[in-house]
Amino acid sequence: MKLIYERSQAGRRASSVPDPGLPPADVPQRLRRARPARLPELAEPELVRHFTELSTRNFGIDTGFYPLGSCTMKYNPRVNERLVGLPGFRDLHPYQDDADAQGALELMWRLQEILAEVVGLDAVTLQPAAGSQGELTGLTLISAYFRDRGEHEQRREIVIPDTAHGTNPASVTMAGYNVVKVNVDARGNIDMDDLRGKVGPATAGLMLTNPSTLGLFEERIEEVAAIFHEAGALLYYDGANLNAVCGVSRPGDMGFDVLHFNLHKTFSQPHGGGGPGAGSVAVRDILEPYLPAPTVVREGDSYRLDYDRPRSIGRVRGFGGPFGVFVRAYAFIRMWGPGLREMSETAVLNANYMLARLRDDYELHYDRHCMHEFVLSARGLKKEYGVTALDVVKRLMDFGYHPPTVYFPLVVPEALMIEPTETEAKETLDEFCDAMLAIVREAAETPELLKQAPHTRPVSRLDEAAAAKRLVVRHHFDEQ
Amino acid sequence: MTFTSLTDSDRRQMLATIGVDSIEQLFAEIPAAVRLNRPLALEPALSEAELWAHMAELAERNVHVGRELSFLGAGVYDHYVPAVVDTVMQRGEFLTAYTPYQPEMSQGVLQAIFEYQTAICELTGMDVSNASGYDGMTVAADACYVAKLATGRNKVVVAEALNPQAREVVRTFAPGFGMEVVEVPHTDGATDPDRWRDAAAGAALAIFQQPNFLGVLEDAPALAEAATAAGALPVAHVDPMSLGVLEAPGNYGCALAIGEGQPAGNYLSYGGPHYGFLAARMEYARQLPGRIVGETSDRDGRRGYVLTLQTREQHIRREKATSNITSNQTLLALGGLVYLSWLGPSGISEVGQRSAALAEHAKRRLGLPPAFDRPTLREFVVRTGMPARDVIDGCKKLGVHPGLAVGRYYEGLDDALMMAFTERRTVEEIERLADALESVGVRLGQL
Amino acid sequence: MSDASYPDGLYYNEQHDWARVEGDSATFGITWYAQDTLGEVVYYSPAAVGTAVTQGGEYGELESTKAVSPLISPLAGEVTEVNDALEGNESSVNDDPYGDGWLIKVRLADPSQLDSLMDAAAYQAYIETL
Repeated sequence: MKLIYERSQAGRRASSVPDPGLPPADVPQRLRRARPARLPELAEPELVRHFTELSTRNFGIDTGFYPLGSCTMKYNPRVNERLVGLPGFRDLHPYQDDADAQGALELMWRLQEILAEVVGLDAVTLQPAAGSQGELTGLTLISAYFRDRGEHEQRREIVIPDTAHGTNPASVTMAGYNVVKVNVDARGNIDMDDLRGKVGPATAGLMLTNPSTLGLFEERIEEVAAIFHEAGALLYYDGANLNAVCGVSRPGDMGFDVLHFNLHKTFSQPHGGGGPGAGSVAVRDILEPYLPAPTVVREGDSYRLDYDRPRSIGRVRGFGGPFGVFVRAYAFIRMWGPGLREMSETAVLNANYMLARLRDDYELHYDRHCMHEFVLSARGLKKEYGVTALDVVKRLMDFGYHPPTVYFPLVVPEALMIEPTETEAKETLDEFCDAMLAIVREAAETPELLKQAPHTRPVSRLDEAAAAKRLVVRHHFDEQ
Repeated sequence: MTFTSLTDSDRRQMLATIGVDSIEQLFAEIPAAVRLNRPLALEPALSEAELWAHMAELAERNVHVGRELSFLGAGVYDHYVPAVVDTVMQRGEFLTAYTPYQPEMSQGVLQAIFEYQTAICELTGMDVSNASGYDGMTVAADACYVAKLATGRNKVVVAEALNPQAREVVRTFAPGFGMEVVEVPHTDGATDPDRWRDAAAGAALAIFQQPNFLGVLEDAPALAEAATAAGALPVAHVDPMSLGVLEAPGNYGCALAIGEGQPAGNYLSYGGPHYGFLAARMEYARQLPGRIVGETSDRDGRRGYVLTLQTREQHIRREKATSNITSNQTLLALGGLVYLSWLGPSGISEVGQRSAALAEHAKRRLGLPPAFDRPTLREFVVRTGMPARDVIDGCKKLGVHPGLAVGRYYEGLDDALMMAFTERRTVEEIERLADALESVGVRLGQL
Repeated sequence: MSDASYPDGLYYNEQHDWARVEGDSATFGITWYAQDTLGEVVYYSPAAVGTAVTQGGEYGELESTKAVSPLISPLAGEVTEVNDALEGNESSVNDDPYGDGWLIKVRLADPSQLDSLMDAAAYQAYIETL
């Protein structure tokens, strides 16, 4: 389809701008724009049709089942969209006086309290913009803590299992630490022998996703926590998989000292094709003094932003954080109430049901009950029929599903990582499993059908190598 | 209200298929000592109607720009957001999609990001833009990491006239990056090119803002040239709504252009979520953080779009990645693209010019001494002759927020207010502002 | 894409790099197995001419769209030449890994290191175990 720039006709426009009837402002000649930016020129009807057509070439949770592992693609309640449109939220300037933003501050304070209770920790900052920024914030808090204790120069290492999301090691480097990798054992837990040899006086902490990216709960988490705490190090919990354990088990009780939430996963922020998210961070009391400023505090019946935090690491993004995300997350949790545990139970039930239906026809590397997601391998299909995990998921598109995550975690070859979430009906899970099983049969009978898939999308398989070699990352008007 | 679908019968059948008697058994691998043996201490569940009432009550206690005549700006501006922006952002196919890891399922958002990248490159005069950063503050820290990778140097130079929040974010993360931060004080509200050149010697980058936080138009071409002469990458932090009027940073020698996207198509939303933008000359493409969409073709020769240069990113390069960023602000950037497309080249220039015209009118009408004798665009700092806090408190009683008490961020400006004007303000509203200021004792018409 | 092959006369390491030795200099590249695992090469970032490389040390990176592969030097030496012809023709590494797809040439520092490398038969036996 055409780019919006290719639909453009000089002289057309959609906008009307109020005219105050004043003489133009005098901008110094040497600063003035010489040539206008070539923004699109369309009337509004064509503009709406362009973006509507684009939307029909996209797939969201509203379109169908989206079992993208580690992304927790649950239904996004529509009431939340109406709530963020309330003028008191939508049109509130972030420099408004605290006294005139009491509703917003109360909402943030309440959300802080809720999040602390859900994870069993003492204090929360809502400021971080997304999960990976939460990681960087958490590691910077750890760094501030050890600087205060005079141990910063000595503790230079963060331990990460080889199943970790790539954000973990990337955040470690950006926080100025070195990555120490630890293996997982045959059950998918951290290899304790490997771990003991890697924790010592140079260790600042552990970064762990629990349940792990294999969808498995770390069975010896108490022992893991003890090893780090005895070495004087801290434990960081990557909250990417929190949807498995809300109301069931709390990271604070597991021994973690600091964590980030992915509010856009666990608490249903629509992800908008790549964001926004929110990476709120919770900490044990020892790290509370270092939290970014400002935090929201309550004094009697009123709320204010507290900037007076002398040991704070400083600000990590603008203002108090992504407020619209807070509105949705808060609303989502209020609709569940204390029964939030049922959310996690249902997510875990759905995942185990799918695993039970699929385990005999795909390879399963760790034979355990899963938590909210599980990882299968298409290695057998590759060996027998030359059909890869990528072929399997491209074919799933023809059945009307968004693919699971593929080729992650790296410890499982030809990995297919499936996360149904709690909001799917049993019929949906069954139909998806039927499709996965049909694909196994197709792999044997008509492997070319899979290798050429998808057959029903607006485009067939795209040449990613050509895109990387011949970088075209913007429209070039001159070539027209 | 829980949005789940399972019936009791479903649960029984599913447990039987799994081969367990209860859901509890699925959690058997969690050690007993770390299980929560009580319900979460949360308030009772609400129905949708009850939720609506509760949230409406919270929202009611916020004084938003529809209830108060506000001249607040300082990086977040009350420009009009047209209805088409909401219409497109609320399409479920965009709203409820994840990052486009599978391009055949996601051509809509991939093409939209490609169009967004083009719009940002056009506005800033750059070759490549990422799919967005978190906001206008964090992209300043992003720029530091890009420059460190590109130059191998560790010094960051920022103008004191750069948004204080952006400077704070840079200071928070610079130690982890192994970088030190040097600040160049403003001279009568602007950055002096000679001091700038001296500070930039041996630096990886030098970040200034245009118009700067104090509303002043910097001699941006001179600052870019001075940084280049000193061997540092010149980085301009720009307001997208100024770029219909002001020259694009790429056209006066900047290596990177960054900024806050909110003024272009996002609501105020108490500070977020908004989008930050980051664009660069092509030679820095491999050091950029975050998603970048590229054009390619499918097996049948049709044009299509994919995430490209992914080997920069955390999921492949891990501890050697150019950034840890994963989620960005795509939905907000989509809002930005729709808004910029709605405006078109003449619309963006009109919004910029008319906002500035209202600001100039207000300057003349109020006749207050400017804090700095410098040209400005749609925002300026004036001295009220009274403690700014008192002026604000008095005006607010009359339903007017006269602007930001900028003395909190800059020394010697305790009586100063920073006032912002968008195309939504009117000559009549400026009269209301004047009346409010006068009634609290500010002496107008001194000039 | 070429067929699997592991020419005799080359020396191989476990990181799937090969060396062709001619007098006191050698040419390095990656094996058929390595290029097959990596996928279509889209970017090559070599060590600069004049750089000293150590045996087991990195002499650059190859990128496909989905992976980055560090290049591990089979022998120590100083880089004397880089295959500039690969720029824009990176897929030569896939199509002709032992010919046009060569990566760098080095002046060898210690020819005795050859003893620690595998011959073609040993390398093929090694990759069968992976």
